Amino acid sequence: MKPAAFEYHRPESVGEALHLLADIGDEGKILAGGQSLIPVMNFRLAQPAVLIDVNRLTELDHVSEEADGTLRLGAMVRQARLEREAAVARRSPLLAEAIPHVAHPQIRNRGTVGGSLAHADPAAELPAVMVALDARFRLARAGGERWVAAGDFYRGLFTTALEADEMLVEVEIPPRPGDAGACFLETSRRHGDYAMAGVAVRTTVDGDGRLGQSRLVFLSVGDVPVEVAAGQVTAGEPPSEELFASVARAAAAELDTVADIHASAEYRRHLAEVLARRALAKAAQRAAGESA
Amino acid sequence: MNRDHDGGKTIDGHHSFSFNLNGDEHQGEAEPRLLLSDYLRHHAGLTGTHVGCEHGVCGACTVLVDGEAVRSCLMLAVQADGHEVTTVEGLTPEEVPAATPAEGNGTAGNGAAGAGGVPPLHPLQDAFWEAHGLQCGFCTPGILMTLVPFLEENPDPSEEEIRYALSGNLCRCTGYQHIVDAVLLAAQRQREAGE
Repeated sequence: MKPAAFEYHRPESVGEALHLLADIGDEGKILAGGQSLIPVMNFRLAQPAVLIDVNRLTELDHVSEEADGTLRLGAMVRQARLEREAAVARRSPLLAEAIPHVAHPQIRNRGTVGGSLAHADPAAELPAVMVALDARFRLARAGGERWVAAGDFYRGLFTTALEADEMLVEVEIPPRPGDAGACFLETSRRHGDYAMAGVAVRTTVDGDGRLGQSRLVFLSVGDVPVEVAAGQVTAGEPPSEELFASVARAAAAELDTVADIHASAEYRRHLAEVLARRALAKAAQRAAGESA
Repeated sequence: MNRDHDGGKTIDGHHSFSFNLNGDEHQGEAEPRLLLSDYLRHHAGLTGTHVGCEHGVCGACTVLVDGEAVRSCLMLAVQADGHEVTTVEGLTPEEVPAATPAEGNGTAGNGAAGAGGVPPLHPLQDAFWEAHGLQCGFCTPGILMTLVPFLEENPDPSEEEIRYALSGNLCRCTGYQHIVDAVLLAAQRQREAGE
């Protein structure tokens, strides 16, 4: 048997899961889709004493839109479902564009939204997308809950704002402005592999054809999703290739990339710059199309 | 510890569970750390599900859970409780029909007619057989289980869509081209049969 022995619990409600978490604390690990946790358990890199399997929590399985355009995703929504949900395509094209880059179809059939976000792999797509979208996460504990902005949630490598007795139960994505455009791009060695670098970009174009501030959030270039300040200078500017190139250059200069077996630090920075330039141009083009 | 809803735990730390396996109700019992892939091979005796990398990269262990392709090495056997699991063995009927010598040499290759006591193959398996979509065959069960739901959703896939669908399965023999050919052939036959 690959994983080390553990005690297994399969709660039938969120309340029961939270009581188990409160009871077990640091010894416990939540098993959602298992597409990251089980591999590390198979390698025995992780040996949790207790697993709390939340796959029966159908109350966390919702995808809903509110009248104002807010999109709500339950933590146990499978990633594959986001590809098929019309509400996601309509309300969050950036998320819809990023999802096919998340691993392989078989992984997305099982992997969950909340699992990916809470696992906090810096090379994962969903955390960077949620930071770019200004999403908020609802963290529940027995007898209470709090909301944390995606940008404040990621604290370090595989480290989040979650306390040992808390569970990420819902994601709230705010309404998309009518003049917004977005783009997600990444580069990986093979499709479905973790990206060597990737970027989620949002911008706006007003009725006079001028850009608003742009948001650029990178994945796989640091310990957490990395948002750069370089996108702010697009505010009030007309879109141009020169502008996009200079923003991308400045963005890449802000990054503190590191080398690993997949790519050198220099190559990562190069990829980040190229991807940022292309994604910003595409986001602006989409934004202009929508505001016309 | 005394907690409710612990997933059918028995006294010795094993958990009992039941699921539909290839159409039949199946009762199982295992330590929770037993992977579904290992359960299928060593406890259920269904060795058609192959185990390659055991961390979700190679796709050899792909099975259907509630009709969707998933990695059985990234699921615990106890998690199958209450679900429907289909392995490569479930693609074809167990019973070998009586030989009917006059059949079996049409366009459907070996399989569909079940000639000469050979069990009939699933149309996709038949296309793999005919288009030479496998060499050593180690990756084949996982690839078949990935493609069965894919072809149901995409009856007329492009070569690019097929290659994307295959992105989660590694094959070290074929270079994939004959697999793609086999899928195109199976899709074409599926469409013709539906007309």
